[in-house]
This record gives sequence, C-alpha cells and structure tokens, in this order.
Amino acid sequence: MKRFINKWTIWGALVVITIIWAINVSDWHQLWKISSAPDNVPIVAMLFLVPFFTWLGIKQAVANDRLIDELEKDPKAAKTHHRKVEPWRPGWAREIHVWPYLVRVEFLATVIVTVVLFVWSITLNAPLEEPANPNLTMNPSKAPWYFLGLQEMLVYFDPWIAGVVMPSIIMVGLMAFPYVDSNPLGNGYYTLKQRRFALWMFGAGFLMWIVLIVIGTFIRGPGWIWFWPGQTWDHNAVVFDKNVDLHDMIATSAIGKALHLGFLAYNPGKFIFGMLVVGGFFLVGGLFFHWLMTVDLKRIRLRRPFKENLFPKNEFEQKILARTSLLQYLTFQFFAVSVLLALPVKLILRLALTIKYVWVTPWFNI
Amino acid sequence: MVERVKDTTSALKDRAIDEAKGYSDPQDTQLWKSIFRVSHDRSDPRNRSLAILSNVFLHLHPAKINRDAVRYPFTWGMGGITFYLFIVLTFTGVLLMFYYHPTKADAFRDILYLEHDVPFGKLLRNMHRWAAHLMVITTWLHMFRVVLTGSYKRPREFNWCVGVVLLVLTLLLSFTGYLLPDDQLGFWAVTVGTNMARATPMLGHDGPFGPQLGMTAYNDVRFGLLGGSIVDANALLRSYIWHCIGIPLVASIFMAVHFWRIRKDGGISGPAPVVLESEMKAVAKKK
Repeated sequence: MKRFINKWTIWGALVVITIIWAINVSDWHQLWKISSAPDNVPIVAMLFLVPFFTWLGIKQAVANDRLIDELEKDPKAAKTHHRKVEPWRPGWAREIHVWPYLVRVEFLATVIVTVVLFVWSITLNAPLEEPANPNLTMNPSKAPWYFLGLQEMLVYFDPWIAGVVMPSIIMVGLMAFPYVDSNPLGNGYYTLKQRRFALWMFGAGFLMWIVLIVIGTFIRGPGWIWFWPGQTWDHNAVVFDKNVDLHDMIATSAIGKALHLGFLAYNPGKFIFGMLVVGGFFLVGGLFFHWLMTVDLKRIRLRRPFKENLFPKNEFEQKILARTSLLQYLTFQFFAVSVLLALPVKLILRLALTIKYVWVTPWFNI
Repeated sequence: MVERVKDTTSALKDRAIDEAKGYSDPQDTQLWKSIFRVSHDRSDPRNRSLAILSNVFLHLHPAKINRDAVRYPFTWGMGGITFYLFIVLTFTGVLLMFYYHPTKADAFRDILYLEHDVPFGKLLRNMHRWAAHLMVITTWLHMFRVVLTGSYKRPREFNWCVGVVLLVLTLLLSFTGYLLPDDQLGFWAVTVGTNMARATPMLGHDGPFGPQLGMTAYNDVRFGLLGGSIVDANALLRSYIWHCIGIPLVASIFMAVHFWRIRKDGGISGPAPVVLESEMKAVAKKK
C-alpha cells in the first residue's frame, strides 16, 4: 500500500479528479459568476494563499526536522552547532540593528500592500445591490464570506448551537490551546516531528473552517440547496427533505420493530435514548482522541495481536502525556470532542444518512 | 557712500554663502536636531539604536533583533501587514465618514453619491472594502504562522489570547460595516447574522430556556443588538457607531496590549535554536 503513495500518484490523482470534474461541468458561466463575484474574490485568493503559506511553513519545518535528526544522532555536534538552518559563521553578530534592517523591510511591505490595494481597488468595484428591501428576500441570502462557515453550520445544528454556542466554544478553545499544549518543544521554530499532534489538531480545525466556507460559497445556491461547482443554480429546484431523527429512524426500522423498540419514538424513551447517544459520543470521541494522541501511526498493522498492532504507543507522545496534567487533558478532550469531532460527525450524519437530530427534548434538540 | 553699500552687500553675500554651506547637511541644522534629536549617521551603532529609541512611532521596536528574524519566510510579515491595513482602514474610513449619514433616508444615496460624484469616491470605497477583506485574510495567516512556529507557547500564552480577541474584533468590524451601504446584500447578511442571536440560550426568545425566562422579540439580546425587532433605522445607527467608534476603540486598546506584550515577552519568538527531544525534561517543572 505504502509503495503506491508518493508525490506522483497524489498529483496524478488530483489531475484525474480535476479532469473528470471539468468534463462534468455543465455550466461554466455559473461557475465564473460565483468565483468572479467581487466579494468572493478573497476566497478565491485564499485557495491559493493558504496552500502557498502551508508549503512555505512545511518546507522550513522539514529542513529543521532534518537538522534535529542529525543533531539527535550526533551529541558532539549538538554541543557546538548553532542549531538553526539559517547560515551562520563565527564572528557574525547574533543580533542586528532594527534601523535600517527591519524598518526597511516594513517600509517595503507597506509599499507593496499599498500598491496591491490600489490595483485591486481600481480594477474591481465593491458590490452594491439594490436598496435594502425587507419585502424582497435575497435568494440565496448569504453572510459575508468569513461567516459562511457559521451559516453552513446552520444546516447541521440548530441556530443556538451553530450561531452562539459553537463560535463561543471555538473562541474559548483557541484561547485555551496554549494552556493545554504541554509540549515544550517547537517554541519559536518550524517543526512537524516535535509537534505532530498539536499541528494535526490545529490543521484539522483550520481545514474544517475553510471547507465549510468553500461549501457555503461555491456549493450552496438558492434555497441553500447543494449545487456542485459548475451546476446551474436552479431557482425553482425543490429538494424533498426526508431527514428523520435518529430515535425515529431506529424505532421504525425493521430491526427496531423486530426488537420492539417502538418506545423510542415517545418520551421518556426518546429523551433517555438521545442522552445516551450524546453521552456515548463523548465517551467514544474521548477514547478516539486518546488513541490519536498516543499512537505511533507508522507502526499500525491490521494483524494479530491487535493490542500491539492497532495501539502501538509512540514513545515521544507518551512522554508528553506524562507531562500533561489531568485538567489540561480533560479541557483538551472537551474542546476536541465537542468541536473537532462533533462537526464532521454531524455533517456526515446529516448529508449521508439524512439524520436531523440525535437528541430531541422539549427544550432543545441536538 | 556707494563704496560702503558695495562693501556691506559683498560682506552679506559672503556670510550668506558661508551659512548656506552650513546647511548643506540638513542633519546639522537646528531644525533637524530639534525634530529627530539624533543625526542618522549610518556608521555609528549608537545612532542606529537612538533612531529607534527616540522615535515615538518606532519605539515599539527594540534597538536590535535576532539576525534571522528579518527573513521573510519566518514571520511572513502578516502581523505587521494586518496592523498597516488597520491604519489604511482608519484613514479611508475617516474620509468616508465625511460623506456618509447613517440614516435610512441618506445612507444608500450617500454611497451612490460617493460612487458617482465625489472625486476618487469610488476608489475610496473600494479600497476600504478590499482592505477589510484583506485584513481578515492576513489575520488568519498571522495566526496560522504563530501556530506553525509554536509561538503561542510559554511565555506568550496570554498574548495569543489577546490575539484571539483581536481576531474576533476584526470579524465584528467587518460585519458591522457590511450593513452600512444599506443595500440588499448588507441588509440580508445582517438579518441572517442577527437571527442567530435570537436563538441564544437563555437570552434569546427563540433559544433554549429563553421563553421560560421571559424573553420576547422586544427584550432579548437581538433587540439589544438591533435597537428594534427588525433591521431598521436603529440597527443602521448602532452598526455605524460600533463600526466607527466602539469596536475600533476597543481594538486599539487590545492592539496596544498585543504589541506591548510582544516586547515584554522577549520579542518575536524566533527563529529560535532547535531543542532536541533528548533534552526535554521528563516532567514539567512546577511554576
């Protein structure tokens, strides 16, 4: 399996997918209309900027990781090496004057940004629609692009979660991150190896956010209906929503009938059932993150004995875990399960399995 | 008599030439010294330091920094660019305020006036909008860089939190500005946005436990945001005031703290020498 995953196969797969997609595009005009809408230009720019800066960061991380490997193997060199990939010669000053070496860079940056802004402002006009009219609803009526992630979340959660609770949790979770990250390495330099787990978590969150925005911008059309990029936005399209709640789905299924689970469709059965599902999700999610935190991905094998082959421990991550306090651990688990896991899980439940709610109560639904 | 006048003028001429020679280096003039206090003699390290330390705009900088920190690939310059965009937005924003009335009768017309009649009005509005979008992007990229370099770690944890607040303020600044043209785009975006507020748990009339706590459309958190139960004249005014005064003021305070803390936490984080796994202590040190 591993033999077939290299940069050629990955690029090849991307090219093949792009070609298949391009053949299937039925309405290039629609695609152009969406991507050239002035307010969408920043997202199109981000589609290039984010991969570029990710590459720029990873490139430096790989160089640093190589240096770390060398020094780890050669303790003698570790004592004398200046420990950076940037060039260094004895006799060079370790510090340089801000005037002019930093100030000139800053000045150059302001000049470039100003030029970019002028060109952008001369070539592209800020959008202005008809005067506000409460009697004429825009369809689709979309939030500004940086909030489209939240708006897209409305599909998967009730407004009180998507619009209020989730953003608050994300904010507090971001603030909590430095306090739960007990790994002292990688402070002030790019590295992948020394901060594998933290970077995966951040990366997953950032990617999720971008994906939701891209869905909200390029895919959601009139009536917030799913149109693939290149499909015509049909204002008369009607989607027959057959979303059901999880407890109803089970109660009315063949298995549910055979097992006499009809009581799940009524309170208190459905209340208790939903509570158990959500509680179970947090438990399983916690176990999942615990596994992810400590596992040595390279040593996972699908063979007996399962205990050693499915849960091989990573020595370094074990050390980090030993430094983590119980409070740090539980705080991280809470934010990880309730945002990083809950969102994609609900997204899949809703889009693939057409499940609306998993926990229905008289006061709130999840 | 004529001789005397001639003598005096030639003496005056010589004196003027002499003095003018003294002005050939502007840095030696009293005017220059009074403004800059130091001469910018490039070869003198002390003067290079003083150029930073004795300048009110540059004194946020240290006199010297890590030699590798000026390399573009390390910081990407995103934090500084974000701040510069804030300045651009303040400048263009103040100019826009001269032409804009936050009332239902005038707001939309003022935008048309700006676009069609005010000299460079269209450029001004375009620049304000695109700088705002760019600021959201650069803020995200700045955060992304801080994550990748682990710069939020001790002793910079608190400054990261200040940064998160600044991110939220940036988004709110953009969002409150969205309504101001009073067109369909802004109106419906803000309608969608504030409709979420009515679902706030306990504080919104559509949220969990809201009705039980006596929330209606006329006293809940959404009413407070809009100054009414629909997006109308009061919402426009509130948006305007938050956008032009409230949030910039709060953001400026947080920015001051953010920049000050960078210095107090030891400048930017790197590029720092790498630390090896074998050098990590087994247990975290207490305090």
